[in-house]
Amino acid sequence: MTDNTHKKRVDFGKGVTIFLFLLPALLLFVGILIAPIIVSVYRSMYDWNGFSEGTFIGLENYKELFTNGSIKFMVGLKNALLIAFFSVFVQLPFSLFLALLLGRKVKGEKTFLSVFFMPVLISTVVIGQLWLKIYNPDYGILNRFLEAVNLGHLKHVWVGEVSTALGAVIVPTIWQYIGYHMLLMYAGVKGVSTDLREAAMLDGATKWQVDRYVVIPIIKPIIRVSVIFAVTGSLKTYDLVRILTEGGPFQTTEVPSTLLENMLFLRNRYGMGSTISVMLIVLCFAFALAITAAFKDKEA
Amino acid sequence: MGKNTKRDTASGYEYTEIKKTNPVTRFITYIFLIFWALVNIFPIYFMFTFSLKSNEEIFGENIIGLPRNWIWENFTSAMNTGNMGRYFANSVLVTTASIAISTFAALMATYALTRIKWRGSKLMNSFLMLGLTIPLQASIVPVYVILSKAHWLNHYSTLIIPYSAFALSMSILISTGFMVDIPYDLDESARIDGCGLWKTFFAIILPLMKPALSTIAIYSYLQCWNEFMFANVFISDSAHRTLPVGIKALSGAYTTDWGPIGAALVIATFPTLIVYIFLSNRIQESFIAGAVKG
Repeated sequence: MTDNTHKKRVDFGKGVTIFLFLLPALLLFVGILIAPIIVSVYRSMYDWNGFSEGTFIGLENYKELFTNGSIKFMVGLKNALLIAFFSVFVQLPFSLFLALLLGRKVKGEKTFLSVFFMPVLISTVVIGQLWLKIYNPDYGILNRFLEAVNLGHLKHVWVGEVSTALGAVIVPTIWQYIGYHMLLMYAGVKGVSTDLREAAMLDGATKWQVDRYVVIPIIKPIIRVSVIFAVTGSLKTYDLVRILTEGGPFQTTEVPSTLLENMLFLRNRYGMGSTISVMLIVLCFAFALAITAAFKDKEA
Repeated sequence: MGKNTKRDTASGYEYTEIKKTNPVTRFITYIFLIFWALVNIFPIYFMFTFSLKSNEEIFGENIIGLPRNWIWENFTSAMNTGNMGRYFANSVLVTTASIAISTFAALMATYALTRIKWRGSKLMNSFLMLGLTIPLQASIVPVYVILSKAHWLNHYSTLIIPYSAFALSMSILISTGFMVDIPYDLDESARIDGCGLWKTFFAIILPLMKPALSTIAIYSYLQCWNEFMFANVFISDSAHRTLPVGIKALSGAYTTDWGPIGAALVIATFPTLIVYIFLSNRIQESFIAGAVKG
């Protein structure tokens, strides 16, 4: 009997200790992430200017988001998905190619790796400013280069024309993170045992065949992580659009995050802003789950 | 057929590897790798050189060459009129405080999750890992409304608290990887010596987590140092701007004068790059650690 109460007291004390150890993390996590998300979900069903009580309107905001063209959500979503598409089908294959190449013990592989990774460390705001200088219609390197090689007719006001603005955002976005995915994949490639490679080579496989049939299947889990990061990262795009185009011209380069900010500062529609937030969370989780499922299917 | 199986030493292996490659392929490979390296170095070179040029050089004939006259005044005007010194100090303060808070909270949480046995620890861990997928945008509306109602916009803590929260999940993930590698016998012998859970944490586990600290800190540093969306939305007065927001403001003010903008970009970027030159392995490791289980 006394033993039992003693044990209970110990358990209780242990429980308190565990709670106290978790407390700082939980306060931050729940206070800044979880509680606001719950509030966002709740407020996404309100017509709300952020300061009054607001009116409950059910799912009207969601309906409007997809049907009211002036909100541009479909444009923003399309742009984000396009960035995701280029990310998965241009950026990642290129990263994988670099990782496989460097994984073959080329001379100076560490130096190449470090150089290729460098853009990841630079703030996207700085990258954006640099590209603005490159794209500058009068003095930018791009137009002056085109002029120098007699392709003057290809000159554009890169970030200001409807036909080129989105491309002008996509190129630096894709370029900056090639090194990031390359590094992850390279770590995977290096983890493949030399014996395994050599065994395949002795069986007469070429280097590309070794990569294709030995290395890639082994690093599949890393590729999955890269695909998830690439897609969710694209959905969250904000910095480069804000710096390069401000969503223009004529709102053709808006992405969900810039629209979200516009809802707060230009339109005072906090309810609708919350709706966009919720959509972003849902999309990020939906894509993460779908990608995980797709990779499981292939493995089976 | 010429399949060399010499593999007693690493260098011997490398030798046979390269031998087998067609020299033309090898040449093309190197040309390609060098080309790609230049593509990645060029923006940094371009930024550095135009930060030291006058408009005449940038807009004139010398657009990508080395500066003819090194105009260090660009840096002085970025620092003084452009206020970059202040923004730099703000970024250092916000970043350091965020790293300190999130790392400490993460280490404590990881201890409770990995070294104390209790039902629900797995569940709690998955709950905290939700933060890896939740976008920053998710909480921006309510947090903004609450902060503005509480008149709490435009403080350092306006950024420090959210940054700590958003760095938390990754910090827990990375420190879990390190903490499970510490032998559990240590805890038990500490218990036998009469150490409680608190003392075990502070006297035994924390000192052993020192190698993990740099990995965690590097990852959080880059997240906070370069963060733009929250900083842009929550900070409107110039006294509390961090570097990314400061650069945006500066480029709005100096649309026609490129030199000081270049100087500002250099000021924001070179500290990171200089550290990278010395710690490139460490920095790369922290990115890998952050993704392996992600």
